[in-house]
Amino acid sequence: MPMTPTLSPAPNALPVSHQSASPAADEPRVKIHTEALRAWFGPTQALKGISLEILSRRVTAIIGPSGCGKSTFIRCLNRMHEVVPGARVEGHVYLHGHDIYHPAVNPVRVRQKVGMVFQKANPFPAMSIRDNVLAGLRLQGIRPADPDALVEKALRNAALWDEVKDVLHRSGASLSGGQQQRLCIARALALEPEAILMDEPCSALDPIATGRIEDLIHELRRHYTVVIVTHNMQQAARVADRTAFFYLGELIEYNDTDVIFRTPADRRTEDYITGRFG
Amino acid sequence: MSAPAPQDGRAPAPTPGAPLREARPASERVFTAICVLALVLPLLLLLVLLGDAVRDGWPRLDWGFLTSYPSRKPESAGILPALVGSACLMGLTAAIAVPLGMGAAVYLEEYARPSRLTALIELNISNLAGVPSIIYGLLGLELFVRAIQWGRSLIAGAATLSLLLLPMIIMASREALRTVPHGLREACFALGADRWQTIRRVVLPMSLPGILTGVILSLARAVGETAPLITIGALTYVAFLPDSLQSPFTALPIQIFNWVSRPQAGFHTNAAAGIVVLLVLMLVMNAAAIWLRIRLQRRVS
Repeated sequence: MPMTPTLSPAPNALPVSHQSASPAADEPRVKIHTEALRAWFGPTQALKGISLEILSRRVTAIIGPSGCGKSTFIRCLNRMHEVVPGARVEGHVYLHGHDIYHPAVNPVRVRQKVGMVFQKANPFPAMSIRDNVLAGLRLQGIRPADPDALVEKALRNAALWDEVKDVLHRSGASLSGGQQQRLCIARALALEPEAILMDEPCSALDPIATGRIEDLIHELRRHYTVVIVTHNMQQAARVADRTAFFYLGELIEYNDTDVIFRTPADRRTEDYITGRFG
Repeated sequence: MSAPAPQDGRAPAPTPGAPLREARPASERVFTAICVLALVLPLLLLLVLLGDAVRDGWPRLDWGFLTSYPSRKPESAGILPALVGSACLMGLTAAIAVPLGMGAAVYLEEYARPSRLTALIELNISNLAGVPSIIYGLLGLELFVRAIQWGRSLIAGAATLSLLLLPMIIMASREALRTVPHGLREACFALGADRWQTIRRVVLPMSLPGILTGVILSLARAVGETAPLITIGALTYVAFLPDSLQSPFTALPIQIFNWVSRPQAGFHTNAAAGIVVLLVLMLVMNAAAIWLRIRLQRRVS
């Protein structure tokens, strides 16, 4: 397999026949797949060889008890894990069949292709709402041709436009928690990423704001590949097409969400989703 | 007292708030008094000092004192060369120490991976901040005046003061950099920014109020430094303004020191007036630091 650092769509990405209900044009293909992915924090191993295929234009939920490695896993998907001092990754992650851990790949480029939304909304407080949306481009020194159109599109896609269109100059920190989180999603969308990773995006939000974000995730799935880490099983059941259950750094079970929640194959999955531990 | 009698045998309902009404214990009041005293005493001392200097120096505190050159006659002597010398010295010192100090702080906070070497460097920086300033003067004398052969010049003085300020500026800058939440750096990385873009566009703008405050406070300390400048041989009688980096110079504290050591009472009055000018200068710098911090912080948050 050619290991080019450009990360352009590869013709050899594996087509997977899955979800026969989908129209042929929307046939899910593998967007990201990992092979024997292992990760460490200093001497502690957080991931013990994860091999997983994430489908294009689908929502994939990662569930599991605290410390199971689910956050570490998605942070490996855009090379954010290694930002932590002492953190280390082995194994492979392929985006369109291209290994993002190939030595010639610049991690910065990977992160431009795979966006991330964090547990705690983190808009830049010194920037206006508008500048927050443009931050990804500005940080890289890119001047978009039509910034206003780009801001509107990203905010519309993040279901925030109607609420902020008259206050675009206000600080991003002036918004409510749920709005801040959608602003962070808009900021990620403005870079037109290949996939969006969400690390417990609703854990600091009230049920109404959570519902908004979940609706938004439903919308995003039409154009984007979404991977969401959640400790809320109802949320996984509501938003995800596919669900992976992680336990102690291992992938225990990965299947369609219905299957995971109705007829889990592994005893540990069943125990977790029925609330016997975690 | 007037609570209705209980119907069901329970304890009578107490007067609202009654059990909460209790004198604060004496120990707490004593501690508060000590704290207030600790706050008031230094302020009082500063006021007494300033008042004393103003009273002594009052006859000489006029525009002419600020714009005259030193003289053999105390009543016509002024502090112009010292004032200009101090201003040049501060400007040069800031120009040398701020980029170096901020660079060191950014490296230590943002780039350096924790290791034994960085721990050693950190320990040394905190130690250097406590080294007496005269030691820096001796170092400056050997290094800048003699080895580099800058002589007893403005640039040698500024370089010496920069050495003195560097640890303070590094520590203040690191403190300021640490106040930028980690999540914002992650947000930057996740948006595909590299480390330098993250620092330049997000971390530095956010920590600038703290860094500037630290810089101004250190400069306010440097403007009163006498020992290192005397050690490197700043002149005490200068009847001209510095015109180049190599120019000999004097500074306010040196001029004051010179006047205090004269026997004539007239020069003591001059010294008192000089002290008032120096104190006002320092208070203005400190006020500027506070103003800047409040202003920039409001813009950031």
